[in-house]
Amino acid sequence: MSEPNHARRFATLWIVSTIIALPIVLLWVGPLLGPPEGSVQAGDQATTMTVMALIATPVLLLVVLFLIYATIFFRQAPGAVLEGPAVRGDARIQTTWIIVTSLMVLSIAIYGSVELVGGNGVGSGSGPTPLTSPSGHKVRVQVIGQQWAWTYRWPEYGGVETPHLVLPVNENIELNVTSLDVIHSLWIYQLGVKADANPDVNNIAYVKPTHEQTFEVRCAELCGIWHGAMFDHGKVVSDAAFQKWIAAMQVKFAPATKALPPFSLTYLPEPTRRGG
Amino acid sequence: MSVVAKKALGVGLAVAIVGVLIGLYVANFATSFPTPVASINSPVAGGGSNLTLETVAAVGSKFSPAHPAWVSYLAKSKGKWVHTTIFQVPAYSVIHVTIYQFDSPTGLRNPFLSQVQGTVGGTATLDGKTFRSIPAEEASHTFAVPELGVFVPLAGVPEEAKNPCEEAPCLPSVNDHRTITFSFRTGRKGRFRWQCFVPCGAGYLSGNGGPMQTLGYMDGFIDVV
Repeated sequence: MSEPNHARRFATLWIVSTIIALPIVLLWVGPLLGPPEGSVQAGDQATTMTVMALIATPVLLLVVLFLIYATIFFRQAPGAVLEGPAVRGDARIQTTWIIVTSLMVLSIAIYGSVELVGGNGVGSGSGPTPLTSPSGHKVRVQVIGQQWAWTYRWPEYGGVETPHLVLPVNENIELNVTSLDVIHSLWIYQLGVKADANPDVNNIAYVKPTHEQTFEVRCAELCGIWHGAMFDHGKVVSDAAFQKWIAAMQVKFAPATKALPPFSLTYLPEPTRRGG
Repeated sequence: MSVVAKKALGVGLAVAIVGVLIGLYVANFATSFPTPVASINSPVAGGGSNLTLETVAAVGSKFSPAHPAWVSYLAKSKGKWVHTTIFQVPAYSVIHVTIYQFDSPTGLRNPFLSQVQGTVGGTATLDGKTFRSIPAEEASHTFAVPELGVFVPLAGVPEEAKNPCEEAPCLPSVNDHRTITFSFRTGRKGRFRWQCFVPCGAGYLSGNGGPMQTLGYMDGFIDVV
């Protein structure tokens, strides 16, 4: 019995499997990978995750199917004691392999870099001097981490500070994330936001919520005994509702606002009267 | 049984015993909490419960042999001060809190928390006078239950006080102190953490360590039952 053409047979198997798998990844797996599309940036992240998964699917199938195929068809026959024939290099296969893998890696790198910059640092924060920022009006809110609570300061609204986060829908939000003590990390999954909160650092991230919703605010950096308690619910509301809410906060927290220092991008972790 | 088998059995038994002991230690550590103290029914008109606490600069070896120099809260139970930070209060009730504050000021890292929040009327009293906020630098500690929205700053005893308390138990009839009172409402049953937001861990990096990071000193639970 003659040896089958393994290359052709495996290529057929791989191509057919890929054609079947890609729609499944696109329509079913992809939407499970990214955050819910609570903001423009979260939507971009979800798209990026799906694109990456689509690119990775043929590679994954190639590796896994070849492992299975080789295990079945290239296994040593019972009783055989001879080693297999020596395998020499094949310039055509090697050249194809290098070109294809290089193109894939480069395209992923370029696509990832464009998305990273285009996402305005919402996935990690852009540091104090972002490479890009959305054009037009931005609502600025300073997110202040401290052991163990988040508070939010609004420089455009008299510098009032609030214990909860409410955002207007369809507005570009500039998050200025900092900390008063140790390292925290602001994580708002539904809006696709994750930005480190470091003391004496202003870490900027932009986000544009796309619809009214509630979201969860968490700390994603182990920051002490009550790290797990740095949890709150926030809301995205209409612009009118936001204006009403922030006006009420200005009245409610007027005494505290008087006590606050002038708005600053960062605050040294003072006082340290009892610090060692 | 061969010598090798006996040795293997011996080693296996020793490892098992050590493993069980480690497991018991970890389980004990993970499940041991300070004894809860229940608030007592209030004799005041309108009902509710009373919770009486004190804050001290040093808890003392009587209450904490391991960390006698740590700052701490104590609670009054059956006429005696006890070292615990787990308080039981009734659900859907008003809790009248009295705190005798014996420690000196440290200052709030976030002055936002110098405003009283979440109490009945949005106020508290300091030495009998109603207040809504205090100067942030005068805060010695806070009593804060974030999930219930309760934040109360506790003003410190002036540095020039003539008769400060060195270590617990501190007595209001003897030592210089500030008296803070406030009331807050409880809702559903549950366990809610409370904490001090002033970085008061003396000797630790930026005041954040030690008693700030250890259950039973500057943080604990309010069990709404």
